[in-house]
Amino acid sequence: MRDRKIGRRLRRAGLLVGLLTVLAACSTNKNGQNSLDPKGPYAQKIDDLFIPILILAIVIGIAVITATVVFALKFRYREGKPDNPKQIHGSTPLEIGWTLVPLVILAVVAVPTIATIFDLAQKPIGPKVLNVTVSGKQWWWQFELPKQAMVDKKVVTSTELHIPVGTKVYLSEVSDNVIHSFWVPELNGKMDVMPGRINHNTIEASAPGTFLGACAEYCGLAHANMRFRVIAEPMDKWKAWLAGQQEGPAQPWSGDIKDLTATKYQCTNCHVFDDSTKATYGPNLTHLASRSTFAGGTEELNSKDLTHWIMDAPSVVPMQSKDCRLPPPATCVGMPSFTKNTPKGQHVMSQADADKIVTYLLGEK
Amino acid sequence: MTAVPEVLAPPREHRADLLRRPRKSSGFWSWFTTVDHKKIGILYGGTAIIFLLIAGIEALLIRLQLAGPNGTVLTASQYNTLFTMHGTTMIFLVGMPLPVAFGNYFIPLMIGARDVAFPRLNMFGYWVFLFGGLFLYSGFVLGGAPNGGWFGYTPLTSTPMSQGFLPGNGPNFWTVSLVMLGIGSVTSAINFIVTILNMRAPGMTLMRMPVFVWMMLITAFLTAFAMPCVTAALIMVFFDRNFGTNFFQAAMGGDPLLYQHLFWLFGHPEVYILILPGMGMVSEILPTFSRKPLFGYAVIVFSGIAIGFLGWGVWAHHMFATGLGPVAVSAFSLATMLIAVPTGVKIFNWLGTVWGGSVRLQTPMLFALGFIAMFTIGGLSGVTHSIVPADTQQTDTYYVVAHFHYVLFGGLIFAIFGGFYYWWPKVFGRMLNDKLGKLNFWLMLIGFNLTFFPMHILGLEGQPRRTYTYASGMGWDNLNQVISIGSFIIALGVLVFLVNIFYSSRRGEIAGADPWDARTLEWSLPTPVPEYNFLEIPQVVARDDFWHRKYTEDAEGRLVRLPAGGSDSGTTGAVATLEPDEGSGGHGDGPGDASGDGHGDGHGIHLPSPSYYPFVMTLALPILGYAAVFKSPWLAIPGVVILLFGMYAWAIEPGTAED
Repeated sequence: MRDRKIGRRLRRAGLLVGLLTVLAACSTNKNGQNSLDPKGPYAQKIDDLFIPILILAIVIGIAVITATVVFALKFRYREGKPDNPKQIHGSTPLEIGWTLVPLVILAVVAVPTIATIFDLAQKPIGPKVLNVTVSGKQWWWQFELPKQAMVDKKVVTSTELHIPVGTKVYLSEVSDNVIHSFWVPELNGKMDVMPGRINHNTIEASAPGTFLGACAEYCGLAHANMRFRVIAEPMDKWKAWLAGQQEGPAQPWSGDIKDLTATKYQCTNCHVFDDSTKATYGPNLTHLASRSTFAGGTEELNSKDLTHWIMDAPSVVPMQSKDCRLPPPATCVGMPSFTKNTPKGQHVMSQADADKIVTYLLGEK
Repeated sequence: MTAVPEVLAPPREHRADLLRRPRKSSGFWSWFTTVDHKKIGILYGGTAIIFLLIAGIEALLIRLQLAGPNGTVLTASQYNTLFTMHGTTMIFLVGMPLPVAFGNYFIPLMIGARDVAFPRLNMFGYWVFLFGGLFLYSGFVLGGAPNGGWFGYTPLTSTPMSQGFLPGNGPNFWTVSLVMLGIGSVTSAINFIVTILNMRAPGMTLMRMPVFVWMMLITAFLTAFAMPCVTAALIMVFFDRNFGTNFFQAAMGGDPLLYQHLFWLFGHPEVYILILPGMGMVSEILPTFSRKPLFGYAVIVFSGIAIGFLGWGVWAHHMFATGLGPVAVSAFSLATMLIAVPTGVKIFNWLGTVWGGSVRLQTPMLFALGFIAMFTIGGLSGVTHSIVPADTQQTDTYYVVAHFHYVLFGGLIFAIFGGFYYWWPKVFGRMLNDKLGKLNFWLMLIGFNLTFFPMHILGLEGQPRRTYTYASGMGWDNLNQVISIGSFIIALGVLVFLVNIFYSSRRGEIAGADPWDARTLEWSLPTPVPEYNFLEIPQVVARDDFWHRKYTEDAEGRLVRLPAGGSDSGTTGAVATLEPDEGSGGHGDGPGDASGDGHGDGHGIHLPSPSYYPFVMTLALPILGYAAVFKSPWLAIPGVVILLFGMYAWAIEPGTAED
């Protein structure tokens, strides 16, 4: 009997240790997308609020589950035991007690919760705030840095958002298609991107780093492939990045390459090659080579993968492009394939043409 | 002597029926025309179990795809269809109809009634459920199964088909079938409400009703009021998509957020529609297997009612990341915290019920205890969602998937399995095997926790839900593998349950009328329950009336078996309030030889007669549904004709055929 009790206690202690280990393990997962590994003041505030409540919840949970198991075993009927339990119908003091205690606990939890809600919703103001317009597309993200105190000439880019360290970045989120949700767990919670509304959220990184983000609202076929990253850099490095984005194309967009992209394959129906201030239906390609990823942040930028993508994008990321000749929107959701089941009226792309386009794009620093 | 109310056919002149009235109450075809609430309950249960197996297979396919990074088992489009169908099936074709199955069979037995208030409407509700489900699944072969998520957010689902973000007929099938299923659930809810309020036996006051009946009553009210919200929303989606209206098209001045308000105004009460019946079942099982009355009956009932009301004030906690603004969000945060209080109170009362009992750890009890433990975890993670800033991290991640599976699987499904093991012998006359039952329980408990507990961690570590793939190197690979293994352990548990059904149907111990020494009126009836349920409508004198016919309390409040009446047979013996010779005999051999009142064998009790028309009328609904999905006015014509014929013939058909 005594041995069993000790065994039970050991098991319980083991459970607790196990849980804490799990909690510790998941807070140290350095995947760049871990909400338990905050890297800026906004995510930190959420974590500081959440962790104590989570621990409280775990303690209550263990207490209730232990009570369930212990009661069931302690009052278990065994042969020879009297089988005439006292018929207890209830107890008013107990009922009042276990109504009031949770109420008090929740009231205590509610105060910092409401305070944090209003704190996080505050709009940052001043010349040291970077304003960014985030557009959710199917299935990639466009980032627009409009002209403002910190930006002297508008810049449009996609998939990778560069921000200066220690600067509040005030996001205005818009969508012209379906609902998406902008989420960089290590910098802040999510904010849905709603058609017909402008939603706001603020992110800030305390130290340089690359933080992964993902669309968190189901937005159709390739929702899973709609990723992005936020790259936080020291101010001088960020300014250099901005200056690079504000420049014109690194190579002239004319002659052969213009014929291929504008006329033969009609890439320009959705993309722009020579103007980083233009927002278009597809990602702006003027400085594509300054990014490290493409295809909604799912592919590393290199010649082999980019060639594959240009020739047959739907085999990399599922898409539903029926006809991309017309100026979108409507019939074109994602990149069409230029080699398999090409939409009507579209040229099948030759390897030589693809190589030419890729070579040009990889030079677009 | 208590009054014996007879359902008498009012005298009327002979009238020619449009179709010859079906007479048979047994045999294959009787299942199409029956109005017996017990048979309809079995139909509901069997159909819902098949849908449960289908939804389970869908879940296993999803887990195969996600077992490792960059899975290739499914394409993105297949995956999106499967998670949509898994959710839609589990909510509308399993979670809602399974409690209705139990309610159909047992509410009349528990309140001392011979049938439900509207027997033909009851049958209609079942056929609508079956046809609605088949209609939903017919999308797989007719141009696209639903793929917009079980929540079907606009404008993804509502954008006109010509420029649709979701190609194919998926959203059309989804909206039309849910509207159909809504018709079925609302009719069954109305039927339950009227039955419970009007058809209780004499002495069965509201506060003497079994808690399961109470919870089904609250559930029925929630269903009747919640389904219209989603029906309105679904019709708007259908019109936006097919007829160019602009309810949710932002570019035309519509508002996609409006849909979310309408959907969750249904969707949150829906959560309680799913869980309250489970709470009711557990509240029946725990006292029986602890041999103690339910602790704090009144508190459990009123906290159920409180949940029913508060459930209408928390819908926007599904929308904390939509940009509602801090004031609205704070209000819904507080309301969400508040609803945890009546829920917690229930858990404490259940523990109070077990405390000091003489606990039998048989299979139903194991599932009920499992329910308490698992539901507690789900409830606590629910409280962490009310912490809005934390919720903006958790929502739409696997943390939420973990949360609601702890509530709906660890809660509802565990309660339902407890209910299967508990009530199976009353329905089918044989016990389910207890050893297999325990194996079933432990496999499910272990598999369930392996599957859903790691999802908490994955969600916090940033894995978004509804994604058909994830990259390697995110640190999610191992946990996902564990989850996929866990899901197959659950499947094994369900398989053991199926084996148990087949094994017990031949070899199971004959149950008798009252195998658990239980408390409520259904156990006072012989097994199998005669078609008319109660030979004599019982006079109820106490809560847990049947128990008080068998037991009393001594001066210390301890249990004492009554010498008379509750004899060793443990069946319906004489009852203090009835004359001693009027019991119905026992041991599962049908009504006994009650003396002298002219219908001891059940002859002379007028029951509602079988009818073709509920089935005929329901036949029209899928036809009209296909007319809507394919926008074919020609198909609508036979649909309308059949519908009107069924309606008219039903209306003029008397409830009970003349002998």
